Amino acid sequence: MESNVMLKNGQGDDRPARIGVYVCHCGKNIADTVDCGKVADAAKDLPFVAASREIQYACSEPGQNEIKEDIENLGLDRVVVASCSPRLHEPTFRQMMTSAGLNPYLLEMANLREQCAWVHMKDRDGATDKAVDLVKMSVARVRGLQPLTEETIPLTKRSLVIGGGVAGIQAALDLADNGYEVVLVEKRPSIGGMMAQLDKTFPTMDCSI
Amino acid sequence: MTDAGRHPNIKLLTLSEVTDVKGYVGNFKVRIRKKARYVDASQCTACGDCAKVCPVVRPDEFNVGLSSRKAIYSPFPQAVPSAYVLNPSECLGHNPAVCAKCVEVCGKKCIDFHMSDEEIEETVGSIIVATGLEPYDPRELDEYGYTRFDNVLSSLELERLVNAGGPTQGHLIRPSDRKTPRSVGFIQCVGSRSARKGGEYCSNICCMNTVKSTLVLKEHYPDIDIKVFYIDIRAFGKGFEDLFKRSRRLGVNYLRGIPGSVEEMPDKSLRIAVENTATGAIEFMDLDMLVLALGVKPSKSTRRLQEMLGLQLTPDGFFLEAHPKLQPVDAATRGVFYAGCAEAPKDVKDSVTQASAAAARAIRLMHKGEITTEPITSVIIEDKCKCCGKCAEVCPYNAITVDVKKKIPAVVNAAACAGCGTCAAECMFDAITMNHFTDEQITGQVNELLAENPEDKILTFACNWCSYAGADYAGVSRLQYPPNARLIRVMCSGRVDEKFIWEGFRKGAPVILVSGCHIGDCHYIDANHWTVKRVEKIHKKMERLGIRKERLQLEWVSAAEGIRWAEVMRALEPLRKSVTKKEIDETVAVLKKQK
Repeated sequence: MESNVMLKNGQGDDRPARIGVYVCHCGKNIADTVDCGKVADAAKDLPFVAASREIQYACSEPGQNEIKEDIENLGLDRVVVASCSPRLHEPTFRQMMTSAGLNPYLLEMANLREQCAWVHMKDRDGATDKAVDLVKMSVARVRGLQPLTEETIPLTKRSLVIGGGVAGIQAALDLADNGYEVVLVEKRPSIGGMMAQLDKTFPTMDCSI
Repeated sequence: MTDAGRHPNIKLLTLSEVTDVKGYVGNFKVRIRKKARYVDASQCTACGDCAKVCPVVRPDEFNVGLSSRKAIYSPFPQAVPSAYVLNPSECLGHNPAVCAKCVEVCGKKCIDFHMSDEEIEETVGSIIVATGLEPYDPRELDEYGYTRFDNVLSSLELERLVNAGGPTQGHLIRPSDRKTPRSVGFIQCVGSRSARKGGEYCSNICCMNTVKSTLVLKEHYPDIDIKVFYIDIRAFGKGFEDLFKRSRRLGVNYLRGIPGSVEEMPDKSLRIAVENTATGAIEFMDLDMLVLALGVKPSKSTRRLQEMLGLQLTPDGFFLEAHPKLQPVDAATRGVFYAGCAEAPKDVKDSVTQASAAAARAIRLMHKGEITTEPITSVIIEDKCKCCGKCAEVCPYNAITVDVKKKIPAVVNAAACAGCGTCAAECMFDAITMNHFTDEQITGQVNELLAENPEDKILTFACNWCSYAGADYAGVSRLQYPPNARLIRVMCSGRVDEKFIWEGFRKGAPVILVSGCHIGDCHYIDANHWTVKRVEKIHKKMERLGIRKERLQLEWVSAAEGIRWAEVMRALEPLRKSVTKKEIDETVAVLKKQK
């Protein structure tokens, strides 16, 4: 689209943005259903894309290193990882961005596993077309992303435990023994919960209280 | 238990319930109602003089009604705090003319009828939800005769009957004649693994609880005849198979098959009919006593707490963890953790394990004394703000202040803003930017998606917490559906601006789906109410413009509803096919005229 527009790279200077796209095979999880080569090729000529490649396991140490090397060698400043759900690995790749000296919010993920390969296993062409679209959408989005910074706020070093059964008691004791103040709330007149009503407990057959 | 009662770092509040939680990770403001005990717990020595003179007799809940207690009572001998408690709805009152006998005999003068409920406010950085379980109520499954026959007991009642501290000092007796039964039968899966009544899930603990009970009974009464009727015996844990083997070696008879009927005989023993699936034969057996192995249900307080903390539940009604394998004790709400049966049915060992894990996760969050907040918050563009006050009205967190009268532009409290984006979607003047989910970023995705062959594609918006997670769950479950939907993730369905929808139709989208958390389950309190209103508004405009309103769909899919997500996707495909190229062209033309 606006390929003639100068896109700020978010790094403070005004060189045009350089985007890296990585299409993950996830072993066979994605590659069995989606033609990852075709997807990577489709992203190659999109505006501001400087590199678009397949990768075996993006989340693995070697996978992350491969991306980090590209960031360094090709001067990438934005990254699209087309792999699994961001609910799983967005924190992983944000950390990778930070360790490569980039703002973690200049990362975008395309969900090719949970929402593509795994749900269209019998339709390779349909899944590949969808994957191409998802990656193109991610590239469009990553172009528009802006660097953001996290703020730190003070935190109260106390914990509330709701329920005074065996789980609540154990959690409260572990926290308290580590030096944290705990408020333990129990609706009945005594703590103990169900466990207090039991005679012996398996597998050791000892007293519950 | 006593360790928790006397630990200097633990403030123990019994007879207490959380009534409200405000704030966010690191700084939750919690309101707790502490009900009056009417006994000064710090003074009470648990001597029991008060209970001796109390004239009111009631069933003892601790012994599941198998014994009695007074209106002033000790919950059980090892209770913590070790203090008596008075039930005001049972007590005759403090008027000396009526009763007040307990006050007269109390040597420490620690009974106070004027005690009132307290409202307590606490600030905490993290919350551990350990609300436990409710045993299944067997009255619902009355084919086993629990309400009709004296000698049909629940597993919890048996537990109290064989307990040395229980109503019979551990002697097993039949309720009908107080004689020791010569034969006992156990029926497994009462309230579990049934699509009809109770839960469809396995309650995890009942097999081993029965195996344990058979060992306890065989130890006390070596000649007792025990039969266990089961579907499967699940002895999967460490040391479990050993116990199961030991039980069988002691002569306990395990029979695969669940009784079809139970009849009471004249001597109050029970005749059961069961199909022994090993032989295929229907067998009749007479037993002195029958025990129902009760399943586990979520605690009654689950629902209220879920709404208060914005948590999610599985279809079974237990709390849903952030990730089933990688974050099994974290809630999706940051700073909230699960321990014990609140998350799923589990035994003592697993409850303790999860509790320690939850404590470790909470410490990991708190140890630095500060936390980093996500910068995904809304930002006001001051010179565009017309001070109309809409954003402040829709914000579920009251994070926006705007002075409508004095025309002072809106201000966002970034620490209180949770980032749902409803304000940005509702602002009519484009005066609010939602960080990381800006109008440009989202319309960029929409345009790219619809650049080629838009008629083949379904534009889908899904909220991060429920619907996007539900779509992921469909993937994890390998549920197959047509590949024509393309999903745009937003934090909340409340972020889906009207202009994204019009942009989609203008660019030729045949069908648009907006999907969010179920009403009442919204991760941002009630932001999805605004989604409903907005979609209704757009539907009306669509009708006015002659656009079929079915082409904009609104669906609620929770994080646990992978099946539902796949069903929604399958249902959309025929709808998409029904939208012709001509219809799309007409819509595009109508909308162009509008501009």
